[in-house]
Amino acid sequence: MSQDEIFQKVATTLVDALGVDEDEVTKDATLTGDLGAESIDFLDIVFRLEKNFDIKIPRGDLFPDEKLFSDARFVKNGKMTAEGLAELRQRLPFADIDAFAKNPSVKELSSLYTVETIVKYIEGKIR
Amino acid sequence: MRWIWIDRFEEFHSGKSATAIKMVSRAEDHLYEQTPLYPVMPHSLILEGLAQTGGILLGEANDFKEKVVLAKITSASFFDHAVPGDELRYIAKLVDIRTEGGLAECQVLKNGTLMAQAEIFFAHVDQSRSQEMALPQENFVFGQGHLSEMIKKARAMTPRDSIDTTTT
Repeated sequence: MSQDEIFQKVATTLVDALGVDEDEVTKDATLTGDLGAESIDFLDIVFRLEKNFDIKIPRGDLFPDEKLFSDARFVKNGKMTAEGLAELRQRLPFADIDAFAKNPSVKELSSLYTVETIVKYIEGKIR
Repeated sequence: MRWIWIDRFEEFHSGKSATAIKMVSRAEDHLYEQTPLYPVMPHSLILEGLAQTGGILLGEANDFKEKVVLAKITSASFFDHAVPGDELRYIAKLVDIRTEGGLAECQVLKNGTLMAQAEIFFAHVDQSRSQEMALPQENFVFGQGHLSEMIKKARAMTPRDSIDTTTT
């Protein structure tokens, strides 16, 4: 499956899960900021990606497990520590952690996820 | 008044599908709150009935060990409205069950004719989150005894030839 085909399928998934128009789903659109995703939508997105790509997405594999943020080694004063960033790099190799590291506030973590992030994740899963 | 929006189950296939019946009675207050001169059942309460049908189906699939909450209604379309005297048949089919929740495709038949369809997404509340949210330990909305009785009756009424013997 080409990257473009993966993108088209991811776009369809997001249109169905978030009720957005197809032309809103660009590669650099963020899930929360641009497409209006809320926390519960992430679970719905995981369900649909599994179904549409016939893959299994273990908990914490695409979107980090909340337990990560309650670990004092990884988060201090609402910001990810160096150890926390290293953990994120290991757990989410498909995400742009370098960009997030400039302002590693936990609140900003959702901005890590663009449509392209999802496409990269799927690419890694099916190849 | 209790927050119960189904009267009984007509069919119950564990982990697969359920059909519940709601009779719209002129005695119900909600009919007069939206349009006082023309009593209709609000669509939001019909969705609640569908969610209760699907939510109980999902809860029973896990032996009610999980707290099931309505997470979101991904889509809903209504083609008609319900008035006193109508019989609503809520049909929920579980299309996906995971440890985190489930997805149900639902239909409403009004006196046998398709009146609405919806896709409803349910989540299991984590035990830790459940304590944070101060949710009761027992299943809320329906008591366990009440539910067991409803499901038992539904199974007794479910036509034998439509029971899938691979599930219980």
